[in-house]
Amino acid sequence: MTTVAEPAIKAEPTDAELMQWYRQMVLIRQFELRCAQSYQQQKVGGFCHLYVGQEAVAVGSIGAIRKEDYVITAYRDHGHAIARGMDIHPLFAELYGKRTGCSHGKGGSMHFFDAEKNFFGGHAIVGAHIPLAVGLGWAIKYRKQDRVALCYFGDGAINQGSFHEALNLAGLFKLPCIFLVENNEYGMGTHVRRASAVTELKLRTADAYGIPGKDVDGMDTLAMYKMVRSAAEYCRQGNGSIFLEVKTYRYRGHSMSDPQKYRSREEVAEYQKHDPIGRLEKVLHERRLLDDAKTSAIADEIHRMVEAAHEKADADPMPDNDDVWTDIYAQPFGPYR
Amino acid sequence: MPVIQMREALNQAMCEEMERDPDVFLMGEEVAEYDGAYKVSQGMLARFGPMRVVDSPISECGFAGLGVGAAMVGMRPIIEFMTFSFSLVAFDQVVNNAPKVRHMSGGQLNVPIVFRGISGPGQQLGATHSWTVDALYTHVPGLKVVIPSTPYDAKGLLKAAIRDNDPVIFLENESMYGNRGEVPEAEYLIEFGKADIKRAGTDCTVVGWGHTVLTAMAAAEELKKTHGIDVEVLDLRTLRPMDMDSILTSVRKTGYCVTVEEGYPACGVGAEIAAQVQQYALDDLDNSVVRVAALDVPMPYSKPLLQHVVPGVQRVMDAIKHAIYFQG
Repeated sequence: MTTVAEPAIKAEPTDAELMQWYRQMVLIRQFELRCAQSYQQQKVGGFCHLYVGQEAVAVGSIGAIRKEDYVITAYRDHGHAIARGMDIHPLFAELYGKRTGCSHGKGGSMHFFDAEKNFFGGHAIVGAHIPLAVGLGWAIKYRKQDRVALCYFGDGAINQGSFHEALNLAGLFKLPCIFLVENNEYGMGTHVRRASAVTELKLRTADAYGIPGKDVDGMDTLAMYKMVRSAAEYCRQGNGSIFLEVKTYRYRGHSMSDPQKYRSREEVAEYQKHDPIGRLEKVLHERRLLDDAKTSAIADEIHRMVEAAHEKADADPMPDNDDVWTDIYAQPFGPYR
Repeated sequence: MPVIQMREALNQAMCEEMERDPDVFLMGEEVAEYDGAYKVSQGMLARFGPMRVVDSPISECGFAGLGVGAAMVGMRPIIEFMTFSFSLVAFDQVVNNAPKVRHMSGGQLNVPIVFRGISGPGQQLGATHSWTVDALYTHVPGLKVVIPSTPYDAKGLLKAAIRDNDPVIFLENESMYGNRGEVPEAEYLIEFGKADIKRAGTDCTVVGWGHTVLTAMAAAEELKKTHGIDVEVLDLRTLRPMDMDSILTSVRKTGYCVTVEEGYPACGVGAEIAAQVQQYALDDLDNSVVRVAALDVPMPYSKPLLQHVVPGVQRVMDAIKHAIYFQG
């Protein structure tokens, strides 16, 4: 079996890229904090899974791939959507069930999509989108394109049959897929130790499916970038798929309605000491790209941007009842219409 | 006009569409090197090669989902289930991903995929291999459900399914693959949502689809011969969209309606037709709609039991006579 090279990407990110990622991470966090507020104000319905604490994963990994590459994720999708460059106004609008939402108010928090940005959702049945990622990889290989499919899911997904069927197919057909498990230790309230017979997730795919596994610190943006750059190269060279176990942590509950009885405040506080935004700030300070004044100016600017997008979405019109009949078929038909 | 088998008609449909559009491919268990479990894909591997006619492992959830993912970026997969009884292993992909991606993306994505294979009571295979999935999939907004009864319809409908921009469930029948019929050489497509009058008549409307069209035709011929009853047999061809206008037109002419299905009666396709006919044509009906369906039991193995459960010609004839108050 082919072995994966250690991350050996010489191309360090540019100063401009580092600053862009920093801004994206601050944006994701502030977006999520505004979501939490809007949820409490009952502007957001349904389930709402926040990405606070995991920002380095989406930003570092999406920063390492190209615009033409395919991205697909699970229901904790706000961070990936923003990292993929989606404007936050249609995201807020989607959360508020507005017609101006990215999915016309049909999808909600768990179903953000942007076809133009090659962002294929936002999927809420745990593990069900992993076979779709294999289909994206299949299309790339079939069409002989220089692309990869990057698929995110949580540690809760990897005991689903769909995960195993998908990885077997990807390994069998040698498809250019990066399977990235965001191991935040908990599938809802169940620790990975209580869910997985083998808890070292990176070991689970090499022998089983011929897909090598690596692990990486998901609280470190640069490490994420380098690992995914190297993984993408591996895929682009026709080696097949790769599996990345990303060690990360969510600061908030599984969803907004989670009392978090399964973990201690101390545990959360310990992880917050390694906050991904704080860590990137430190790097930027060292490189003299950021100082305290600039940090606070960026925070203020993004705060204003988030508030403006929220307010605009809040004022947008709700869909008309007739809108339920659209977006179901290419050409709508009866008899119940 | 050439007379060919239903399996050849289906094979022609796939081959013609694959010649026409490089984004069409066929994937499923034993479709390539084995030439298809029922020989529908015979010769296709040799003609199109292993990237376009693809043997999958026994992994329905995996390859059904692969098809949906490939369709999201504009490919046109034909996913063959060896039987739709196995589609239940992939139910989530078929009912949750394929028909809902367009909706949940606010119309940004098409999912132009065809899931095809056999459905219906098997040839003594026991309960798990004998699903008639018509009603299961017709229940789901976002899917289309197609079920041909003749080689001609099979070809025209499958070509239309492959070109369709929505996910299509295409239901075939094992016992009908060898049935022969005229299929023109010139290209044709059959539009969805257009029922076909397979036998014109004035005394009673019988609605069937797929295999039950043949049962209804046999019952109609027998009743004509023995009692001079003139039955109209309407073949729905597609269950979603369903051509209710043609059903109502026929019922308004005959005054009676019988539905025939091999699926179960509870919440079945016949129940749906009966409800709509009684809602929209009550004044034209001279009796309530009569449903013929499989008995409400898991499909048994033993041959006489199986024949008792699945509606046959006699049961359809009895239902028609009952519906039109025929004494004798």
